Formats: sequence, C-alpha cells, structure tokens
Amino acid sequence: MLDQLAELGRIVLRAVAGLGRAHLLMLGLLRGLRDLFPRPLLLVHQLYSVGVLSILIITVSGLFVGMVLGLQGHYVLSKFGATQTLGVMVAASLVRELGPVVTALLFAGRAGSALTAEIGLMKATEQLSGLEMMAVDPVKRVLTPRFLAGFIAMPLLASMFSAIGVVGGYFVGVGLLGVDSGAYWSQMQANIDLHEDVYNGVIKSLVFGFVCTWIALFQGYDCMPTSEGVSRATTRTVVHSALAVLGLDFILTALMFGK
Amino acid sequence: MFRMKTIEIMVGAFMAMGILALFFLALQVSNLSTTSNGEGYVISARFDNIGSLKVKAAVSMSGVRIGRVSEISFDDGSYEAVVRMTIDKKFSKIPDDTFAKIYTAGLLGEQYIGLEAGGSDTYMADGGAIGMTQSALVLEEIIGQVLFSKASEGAKNAEGAK
Repeated sequence: MLDQLAELGRIVLRAVAGLGRAHLLMLGLLRGLRDLFPRPLLLVHQLYSVGVLSILIITVSGLFVGMVLGLQGHYVLSKFGATQTLGVMVAASLVRELGPVVTALLFAGRAGSALTAEIGLMKATEQLSGLEMMAVDPVKRVLTPRFLAGFIAMPLLASMFSAIGVVGGYFVGVGLLGVDSGAYWSQMQANIDLHEDVYNGVIKSLVFGFVCTWIALFQGYDCMPTSEGVSRATTRTVVHSALAVLGLDFILTALMFGK
Repeated sequence: MFRMKTIEIMVGAFMAMGILALFFLALQVSNLSTTSNGEGYVISARFDNIGSLKVKAAVSMSGVRIGRVSEISFDDGSYEAVVRMTIDKKFSKIPDDTFAKIYTAGLLGEQYIGLEAGGSDTYMADGGAIGMTQSALVLEEIIGQVLFSKASEGAKNAEGAK
C-alpha cells in the first residue's frame, strides 16, 4: 500500500520537476535572446533549417487542405443554395483554425522532431558538455537561435498555408465546380475581418510557434543521453506538441471568438 | 562561403514569401481594401423597430454602399432605437429630407439600411438626424396579419352562408 503511494508520489514529483526544468530552460532562452543580436548569422542558419526546409510540406498541405475544403464546402452549401459563400467558408476556416493548427502540427513533426534529435544527439555525444568546458553556454549558443527561428518561422509558415489554401479552394470552387469568381472573392472580403480573423490567426500561430519550439528544445536538452533516450524524446516532442497545440487552440479560440 | 550566401538568399526569400502571404491575406482575403479609412461623417436615425440590424451593417443608397452602421443604442425616453451611421466623406450631398428604411438582403439575408433621397436643396451635415424612417419588417408580424385577415374573411363567409 505504502509502496504504491510512494510510486504515485514519485510520478507527480518527477512531472513537477520536469515542468520546473522546462521553465528554467525557457528563462535561459529568453535571457539568451539579448546575446543573439550581435550574431544574426546563427539565426539565419536556423531559419534555413526550421523555416525554408518546411516550406514544401506546408505549401503542399495547404493547397490540398484548401482544395478539400472547397469540395466539401460546396457539397454542404449547395444543399442550401448558398454556394456563393464558399469563399467565406474556405477562408474563415483556414485563417481562423486550420492555418495555425495544421501548420503547428506539421511543424512539430517536420521541424520539432529534428530539433529534438539534433540537440539530443549533441548531448549524447557530449558536444554540449564540450561547449560548457570551453565556457560557452550551450543554451545561448545552440538553443536560443533555434528557439527564435521557430518563433519567427511559425506565423510566416501559417500565413503561407492559409494563402495557398484560399487559392486551392479557388481552383476547386471556381475552376471545377463553377462558383462565380467574383462572388468567391467579394463575399470573402465582405465577411473576413482583418482584426477579428487574420490578426487572431497570427496571434495563434505565434503562441504555437513559441510552445512547439520550446517543447522540442526542452525534450532534446533534457533527454537521457543514449540512443534510446533520444528516440523517446523525439516521440515525446511530437506527442506533447500536438496535445499542447490542440489544447491551447481551444483556450485561445474561447478567448478570441467565444463572446 | 558560397554556401553561406545561398542560405542567406533562401532565408531572405522565405521571409519575403511569408510576409507576402500575410499581405495577401490582409488585402485579398479580408476586408482591409473594402472598408473606408475611417474618414466620414455621422448621421443618426430613429426607428421603432430595427429587427436584427447589426453594427457594421451596410448603409446604401440606390443599392450602392455609402457607409456603415457604427452604433446602435436604445432611447428609453421615447422607446426608440437610435442608429448612428458613418457615411463616407465623398458622399456629402445627402438631402436633409432623406428617407431611411431597413431592408433585408434576400429572404433570410443580412439587414441593411437603404436611404432614399428627398428633394431638399440643403444637405445633411455631421451629426444630422434623419426624420423619416420605416422600421424593419418582422416576419412574425406579417404572418400574424395574414392569419388575422384570413380568419376574418372566413368568419365573413360563414356569416354570408347563413
């Protein structure tokens, strides 16, 4: 009986300790931002691996999500004779929800897992300890540029996703299903609000960028320095990021649109 | 060194593409290009019943949108709805005996305010009030009237048959 109680206590304590280390790392990352400004090249390299290399998967997914939205939206809207509002449906669902959320999920799978594996291997091969031996803070030198790169790249990728998705919906709706081209754009412009919809979508993707990169870096930095530990940490990155994104999305949506 | 240069170029292209996408969303998808830049003048009108008119609904004249509803309030002295609307600056020649009516776009569509110009030579100024208004059509009231007239018709017919 006491053993089981102790086991439960150990699990809770370990979780709390992990949360504490994660927040200490976040403090270190935020403090390291100041030292990043004199050396922007570090950031450029990370923007390349986190942002540029993710463009392909983001744009292709955005195009197909937009096209599917066009098809499915047309099916439902045609039952009410409201196919002119297809543009509103496609743009609203992309800009408000699918853009930020799907981009964040893809980002966690494409860039987050790579970040974790990279940093985990650096730890396993004792490169991080090597840096520390040379009196270089690995959080400032290795982790902070990656963190800022993820934070910057996410909203840009989400905007690309939404923009390409709207064009994909246009191809299917106007090109394939015969919705009027003028109605597609004018209804969209009349009903999508810059502040209400577009800005809130950007805010969402900023939050997701922060959280996803933070989780990926923490899992890499905190992993067991073995090959098994790295593989576990990579899995945890994807799982935790997905859960955090979907949970936060509900909270943000309730705060932004719940009135 | 060449490799570094290509990476820099690609990162630059990435940033440009992202910002371009954001501009596309702002200009082509949202209403930034269709909303006026906030310049205009405010006129008000009092209605007995505004139906489901909402703030930001269109104000149109001959079917052309010339402004938007900026505020809706309730006057608890006269029990009337007070609708304030912002008219674009360039439409400055609205006669002061203009007639305001609440229309519905389509059978179940959004409600908007239609203005019909009067014949006066003096024009509405900032803060002016429209004197003549007609309330929104409320579907239930129309149905009630039709039912009532049908019922009284039926009663009359029954009396005639006696």
